[in-house]
Amino acid sequence: MIPELGHFSLILALAVVLLAQSALPLVGASRGRAAWVALARPAALVHFVLIAIAYLCLTIAFVSNDFSVALAAQHSNSALPVHYRVAAVWGNHEGSILLWSLILAGWAVAVALFSRQLPALVVARVIGVMGLVSAGFLLFTLFTSNPFERLLPAAEDGRDLNPLLQDPGMVFHPPLLYMGYVGFSVAFAFAIAALISGRLDSTWARWSRPWTTVAWVFLTLGIALGSAWAYYELGWGGWWFWDPVENASFLPWLAGTALIHSLAVTEKRGGFKMWTVLLAILTFSLSLMGTFLVRSGVLSSVHAFATDPARGIFILSFLFVVIGGSLALFAWRGPRVGVGGMFEPVSREGMLLANNVLLMVATAAVMLGTLYPLVLDALKLGKISVGPPYFNAVFVPLMVPALFLMGIGPVARWKKASVPELAVQLRWAFGASFVAALIAPFLLGKWTPMIGFFLFLASWIVAAVLTTLYQRVRGVPLAQWVQRLATQTGNWYGMLLAHTGVAVFIVGVALVGGYQTEQDLRMDVGSTARVGDYDFKLLGLRDVQGPNYQAVRATFAASSNGLQVGTLEPEKRVYSVSRSPMSEVAIDRGFTRDLYVALGEPLEGGQAWTVRLYVKPFVNWIWGGCVLMALGGLLAVADRRYRLTSRQHTTNTRPAGAVIR
Amino acid sequence: MKRYFVPLVVFVLMAGFLAVGLKLNPREVPSPLINKTAPVFDLPQLHDPGLRVTAEQMKGQVWVLNVFASWCTPCLAEHPYVTQLARQPGVKVIGLNYKDRAEDAKGWLRKHGDPYAAIAVDADGRVGIDYGVYGVPETFVIDKHGVVRHKQIGPITPQALKDDILPMLAKLNG
Repeated sequence: MIPELGHFSLILALAVVLLAQSALPLVGASRGRAAWVALARPAALVHFVLIAIAYLCLTIAFVSNDFSVALAAQHSNSALPVHYRVAAVWGNHEGSILLWSLILAGWAVAVALFSRQLPALVVARVIGVMGLVSAGFLLFTLFTSNPFERLLPAAEDGRDLNPLLQDPGMVFHPPLLYMGYVGFSVAFAFAIAALISGRLDSTWARWSRPWTTVAWVFLTLGIALGSAWAYYELGWGGWWFWDPVENASFLPWLAGTALIHSLAVTEKRGGFKMWTVLLAILTFSLSLMGTFLVRSGVLSSVHAFATDPARGIFILSFLFVVIGGSLALFAWRGPRVGVGGMFEPVSREGMLLANNVLLMVATAAVMLGTLYPLVLDALKLGKISVGPPYFNAVFVPLMVPALFLMGIGPVARWKKASVPELAVQLRWAFGASFVAALIAPFLLGKWTPMIGFFLFLASWIVAAVLTTLYQRVRGVPLAQWVQRLATQTGNWYGMLLAHTGVAVFIVGVALVGGYQTEQDLRMDVGSTARVGDYDFKLLGLRDVQGPNYQAVRATFAASSNGLQVGTLEPEKRVYSVSRSPMSEVAIDRGFTRDLYVALGEPLEGGQAWTVRLYVKPFVNWIWGGCVLMALGGLLAVADRRYRLTSRQHTTNTRPAGAVIR
Repeated sequence: MKRYFVPLVVFVLMAGFLAVGLKLNPREVPSPLINKTAPVFDLPQLHDPGLRVTAEQMKGQVWVLNVFASWCTPCLAEHPYVTQLARQPGVKVIGLNYKDRAEDAKGWLRKHGDPYAAIAVDADGRVGIDYGVYGVPETFVIDKHGVVRHKQIGPITPQALKDDILPMLAKLNG
């Protein structure tokens, strides 16, 4: 009964979204019918509630072990802990698409609730466009991926969730990632609404900005969490693999980063208008394409759950309608928008333009590497796979100038800056980072050109951030510094914090790449192995019974120069239902290093084991940097100007700015 | 203004490639072993570790090497078709028990039936590496001269059996 209720609720949701959330408000907005326009907000709420009911019904089926629901029978098990049963709902194709719809409906509700200050027509169009996207996903769910399909007769027990996914990472990574992916639909809907209405000005940019930033924060955290999860779950200690599906999440991130910067120019200077609109379309298109790549099974990857041509064709047609339609609208409306303010090549606009170009070229390069095997295969030129060497060789050189400009941009003036003036302002930052790059690697171990260079970039960014801060208090007595800094905007601090996050990230990447030490070896109970400055002693092995697995747990004592630093207990698990073995690594985390132990295979009947030991310096800085970037984004969103300025527009009914006719 | 159409044109081209890509199977990796001599091996038999199974013994007859393991769920799915294949006259199916424990494999065969003419034990997976095994199950069809003529990746399906494997065997035996 409950699954049928969910199914029914989903069908109702489709009806509501098509008629009340999209068709009427969109038509009403162009015909000027206030009653139709007013329907958008309540319809978005009803739509969300209906999908939430459907989602809840599916979750109930999983939690209550209703194995007459085919999806639960395939992906859950009665011995699975409850939180993983909840997560198992999205650990499969059908459920994850339903989660996508739920989150999309949630974002539409957020727009409905937090847009009191916006003109009703804009809100109706934005919610209407989001509704159309949602309708596409609901049709997809109902026609090709119905999660409520029954299995008769019911299975006695479920086939269990893939052991790789039985991890806290599974509980948080997909929802966060989807919040980011889907969140870009808001920026997209704002852009489409602007193209439809022809009203494209800096107020439009001001409305889009916080939404874009919030989506970007979620995506940043989602990707970072996925990376951290891969690091400890997959057992070979890497943190990024350039796997096609990782790339699918990274592409919208790159485009979204470009969008955030471009929106800043559109809001502050009225420039880059059409470019910003194009980026907003592109960012969401890349999110959709990511879904297509993952869900259609065009690319094989650890993440690809589905290989069903019918689904692939549906998603592709949907992509074609959404992206093709938006780009056609862009081509039709674009030429009528006026050009923004003029600026010199050396100016903040110039720097941001360079940043955008570099980010987009990097996006194209990553996309090329991801799709190239597919294109070759389509042209019958053979099967190849593109690996990390390509991505590292192409991506890193593109990012280096972008990172260098990151130091200069915030210091440069809008419209026109002078090179000598910039050089004077930044000379201390440059000198200090140069010295840091020369000395720091020696203190950490050995100096290599690569480590020196990346540490230079990281220190350059931090030094430039400090210079930017100092510029705001220069010439002010020391006593008033605090007061002066307190008057700066959240937006500005957010930028500085996010840039610092990038520097921290670079430090992590450079140091773990340069100084990581590892050993693959055989260890007997009682033996000791030395990796870097650390000794690992295998104290003993014992059998452990988990809720749905049996495991062998090894105990290692790690010490450095005779001082005990930690105990590590890696496991080798065999899951009862799927009988698949899993290595559960043990990590002793630290601010400046991780100790990482993974069990390999038993030797001589379990008396000895093959063991993989790593010492990974500064690896946590990688994710720490991402968290700082996300915090920077939050700080920018918290900027009270967004609320104040948008409130002014309720009194000022006709916002100033370009109007296209 | 033509330049506003550039994004649309680029997208349409890309969508075309994606559409073609849909028809292809990403898991299908052509084996470099096709039309090459099958790698030699010399492994103990599962049911009698004193005896050996070697690629050399099979010279002069058409045979099938089926890589399987008791821990592998798709192997169970293809098991009826392996059995069907082994029942065909003039077909010798050799099992390669891959990275498995002998007692688990024996239990699995007792439970589900043992269609194999002989089973070679590849406990550490070295022979699997020689054969380029990257997922279990995989199946190789090898001709009288010891040349690999066909490789089935993933479980044998009724369709693969009917369209690929049996015609190939008929051709090699004929």
